[in-house]
Amino acid sequence: MLQGHQSWVFENKPVIIGSAAIGGPFEAQGNFAADFDLLHDDLWLGQESYEKAEKKLLEQACETAIKKAGVKKEDIQFFMSGDLINQIISSSFTARTLGIPYVGIYGACSSSMEGLALASLMVDSRFATLALAGTSSHNAAAEKQYRYPTEYGAQKPPTAQWTVTGAGAGVVAQLGDGPKVTSATIGRVVDMGISDPFNMGSAMAPAAVDTIEAHFRDLNVSAADYDFIATGDLGRVGHIIARDLLKKHGIDIPEEKLTDCGMLIYKDTQPVFAGGSGCACAATTTYGHFLNRMRRGELKKILVVATGALLSPMSYQQKETIPCVAHAVSIER
Amino acid sequence: MSSKKRKELTPTQQQYQDFATAREPQRPLLKNCMRAFLVGGIICTIGQGLMLFFMTYFNFDEKTAGNPTVAVLVFTSILFTSLGFYDHIAQWAGAGTAVPVTGFANTIASAALEHKSEGYVLGVGGNMFKLAGPVIVYGVFSAFVVAIVKVIIDMLGGL
Repeated sequence: MLQGHQSWVFENKPVIIGSAAIGGPFEAQGNFAADFDLLHDDLWLGQESYEKAEKKLLEQACETAIKKAGVKKEDIQFFMSGDLINQIISSSFTARTLGIPYVGIYGACSSSMEGLALASLMVDSRFATLALAGTSSHNAAAEKQYRYPTEYGAQKPPTAQWTVTGAGAGVVAQLGDGPKVTSATIGRVVDMGISDPFNMGSAMAPAAVDTIEAHFRDLNVSAADYDFIATGDLGRVGHIIARDLLKKHGIDIPEEKLTDCGMLIYKDTQPVFAGGSGCACAATTTYGHFLNRMRRGELKKILVVATGALLSPMSYQQKETIPCVAHAVSIER
Repeated sequence: MSSKKRKELTPTQQQYQDFATAREPQRPLLKNCMRAFLVGGIICTIGQGLMLFFMTYFNFDEKTAGNPTVAVLVFTSILFTSLGFYDHIAQWAGAGTAVPVTGFANTIASAALEHKSEGYVLGVGGNMFKLAGPVIVYGVFSAFVVAIVKVIIDMLGGL
């Protein structure tokens, strides 16, 4: 049901009955290695190209999530997925493999929560009994797509971020055991005039703040209702900006309750500049680490605010600024 | 950000940029300059050493020794790029590895490697000069302009 201006409250509380996170070699050295269902030591995954490797990651995430949910893929009505490769081929090609009716979405790195919100909406409204949401990103494929060749020796500034190699997927059902999706807030596109693609944290922070504000206003809730609020991939730089911006807007979120998947996923010793980014950053952290903690009973209610920078390599070259979006999904035990 | 670009932004956007800039870590300019000086200097010293080597042990003079020297540096750069650690050195060294001829070799080799998955003709062939292309275009054009200036000065009786 629509509540407020841009939020959905899922009265039937759709359940995430199975979820999976797949990672690459760099993620295996990170903080959440134990929460991944499968970790690859080869960035290529034995494939001929990085793009094919990314598709493989997403396929494995979907298949593992379906297996863990204990359902047959034929029983799933819809598959919602998005990624960063041109024309979202990782998602579409995975949909080809799965053979599940498919809704391709694009929200850049916010695709994870965009997909989960839409899957929950379908299940809650009884337009589906089982829906699958997934997303993926691959460090080298994203570098190739958005920046320079992977082996090119360009010096990155400290505001740059490291795209997570991985994929996450979750099966949403009307009934079952598992964490429940209770509400979602769809974000507006916010552009504060940042045009440096090596400074995504600053570009996306206002979008995250806008969505968090909208969520609190629409649902009449506050930070006290959540164990924590995790933004998707603002990194260390964007996190500080978002924190201070929230304060400036008069929204009080205690320091320990506001966190960011991009800051959490890697160890401080890993050379990832300002932190992790990419669709898989919020996806693997949520579908892996957060949901595992929830199943263990360590968390009661969380809000994941996946942030996405809606630029293209062409818009950047044409000197356009970076529009950004953030989608929030509230998950509770 | 340039002042022209800044003018196109709304006051709210400008305000946010100041808000964000105050919270962003800046590029460590001095450290980067020192590292670039050090590594660039080392590469050039190696080049000088190679030149002396070719002049002493082979039949090269000061003018012709440049060619085998550049060939060795380019080959080494490409080898390091292919083995996957040139970009790590470059992250540390910055302009130190980008400005010498090794950086130019790296732009071509990295692009060729990157696009091998799209085939040898459209992939490697079509993208090899993706990063090096602009350098060649504007390098050749500037040389052309300088040559014309020189010819005109010579015609006017020289300096």
